[in-house]
Amino acid sequence: MVGLITDPTRRQNVNTAKEETNREDMNTAEMHACCDTPKSAPPILTVQNLSIYYGQHPAVKNVTMNIPPQCVTAIIGPSGCGKSTLLRSMNRMNDFIPGVRVEGSIQFNNKNIFSSKTDPVALRRSIGMVFQKPNPFPKSIYKNVAWGAAINGYKGDMNHLVETSLKQAAIWDEVKDKLHQSALALSGGQQQRLCIARAIALQPGILLMDEPCSALDPIATARIEDLIDELKSRYTVILVTHNMQQAARTSDFTAFMYMGELIELDDTNILFTKPSNQRTQDYITGRFG
Amino acid sequence: MMRENTISTEYRDASDSNPDAMYNPRLDRRRFIGKIFAVFCACVTGIGVAVLAALLYRIFDEGWIYISTNFLTKFPSMLMPETSGVKSALYGTLWLVSITAIVSIPVGIGAAIYLEEFAPKNRLSRFIHTNIANLAGVPSIVYGILGLAMFVRWSNLGRSVLAGSLTLSLLILPVIIIASREALLGVPKTIRLAAFALGATRWQTVRAHVVPAALPGIITGIILALSRAIGEAAPLVMIGALSYVAFVPDGPMDEFMALPIQIYTWCDQPDPIFQHLAAAAIIVLLAVLLSMNAVAVALRAWQQRKSPW
Repeated sequence: MVGLITDPTRRQNVNTAKEETNREDMNTAEMHACCDTPKSAPPILTVQNLSIYYGQHPAVKNVTMNIPPQCVTAIIGPSGCGKSTLLRSMNRMNDFIPGVRVEGSIQFNNKNIFSSKTDPVALRRSIGMVFQKPNPFPKSIYKNVAWGAAINGYKGDMNHLVETSLKQAAIWDEVKDKLHQSALALSGGQQQRLCIARAIALQPGILLMDEPCSALDPIATARIEDLIDELKSRYTVILVTHNMQQAARTSDFTAFMYMGELIELDDTNILFTKPSNQRTQDYITGRFG
Repeated sequence: MMRENTISTEYRDASDSNPDAMYNPRLDRRRFIGKIFAVFCACVTGIGVAVLAALLYRIFDEGWIYISTNFLTKFPSMLMPETSGVKSALYGTLWLVSITAIVSIPVGIGAAIYLEEFAPKNRLSRFIHTNIANLAGVPSIVYGILGLAMFVRWSNLGRSVLAGSLTLSLLILPVIIIASREALLGVPKTIRLAAFALGATRWQTVRAHVVPAALPGIITGIILALSRAIGEAAPLVMIGALSYVAFVPDGPMDEFMALPIQIYTWCDQPDPIFQHLAAAAIIVLLAVLLSMNAVAVALRAWQQRKSPW
């Protein structure tokens, strides 16, 4: 397993999880228990010794993790644990925060996304993002979906792309008769699904979701969670969430972060039933956080 | 159920007093203070409106009888004030405002976009921002001196429409920049982030989302700025605009006069008929100003209707 972490300073429980993965990798045909991805599939994103500082304050400390392709990986942890910072660094959205400093690397397509050769504008076409609060453009539904593709020089049939994206985001039936009306007239949940459609219109390899349901009611949340489950057949989803039930329901893998450190990353079922770290245990049982 | 009841009873016993007794809401007093403040604000608004109404009444009372086609198409005359007109001043003002708008609007909006969207937020950009705000407060006569030195003398433009327009542009640029910056600042950050996350460059983000969203505020700033420019006499007098002209400018390099200067010159005359002419010229100036603003307001309304597409 070339792509795997071998840093001996990693905390033990992560190692344990990795050893298990290693063991499983002997049988290359074996699938992950939760998604249709072979365990041998190389990670789509490799985070290595990543530290992110706001000025002097380290928000993310020496995180190393692999993101398997076409799975949902959830990142959970209490407020301020660095999970959003980690997520935002994956498509260089941290660039817009003054005073951010990054150490370590994130490999995507065999390239370090922090290297000076990586163009963040091109990177964000391949790694899409959905934000905490729905933020559609104050334009028509159609333009919301088409704009990103248009500015990136999409060569195919735009009407078709808009329709497929809206269908994949499970909102087509609700908006197909009002594509040219303002997106702001939609409900919060519909706006968020429109934002997902907008992101997947660029056919990104990875979809980053930063607490996409925290501003939504339970019904809209349930629809987004169903949608996430469908999206993973085409996209790799990395989901930051405050909501542990959401992580348990929707994700294949869960990473627990605390105080900027990655405490544990494992199969979601294992992490929530037999966590190897005491702090994970305390957090998921509600003893803190 | 049982348990909950027990707890709430215990709580009530422990607090040992009615919570209502712990507050003195004085609702009547609070509402009374609110009413007084509302009345005060209404009075202050009334003063402003009353002063404006008195001014308009006096001007229309004095000047209305002189408003005629002749007044707009005749040149001013000291000898025959009865047949005097504001043709040269009106044309001069229209020339001035047009060129001022052409120069100051792109420069002002461009500077605002650069400062707000592109420039790094550091000590230098804060310093520039503070000083633009200071420039907005500089007396207009000072801009007149600057215009005289820079455009009339140094650039050899002479006492032309162009020199006057450039001077007025300098005068209103800070107003346009500040208003446009405020408008850009009011566009939610989330819209910018959404665009960036779709792989947009900064220019694409600004062009497609930020400027359209800020346009109503920017147009308001332009209205205010051009209204100021059209009413200025001092800087134009300073750069040597003429006070009695019997021709209209044919191009930007011609000498000119303007309505505020015409008004000023007439007010200075001892014969009372000139006071009436000045009042009539003020009516013309107001009409130009209001029609200009009407166009801008219509433009803004059209943009606002259009912007959600």
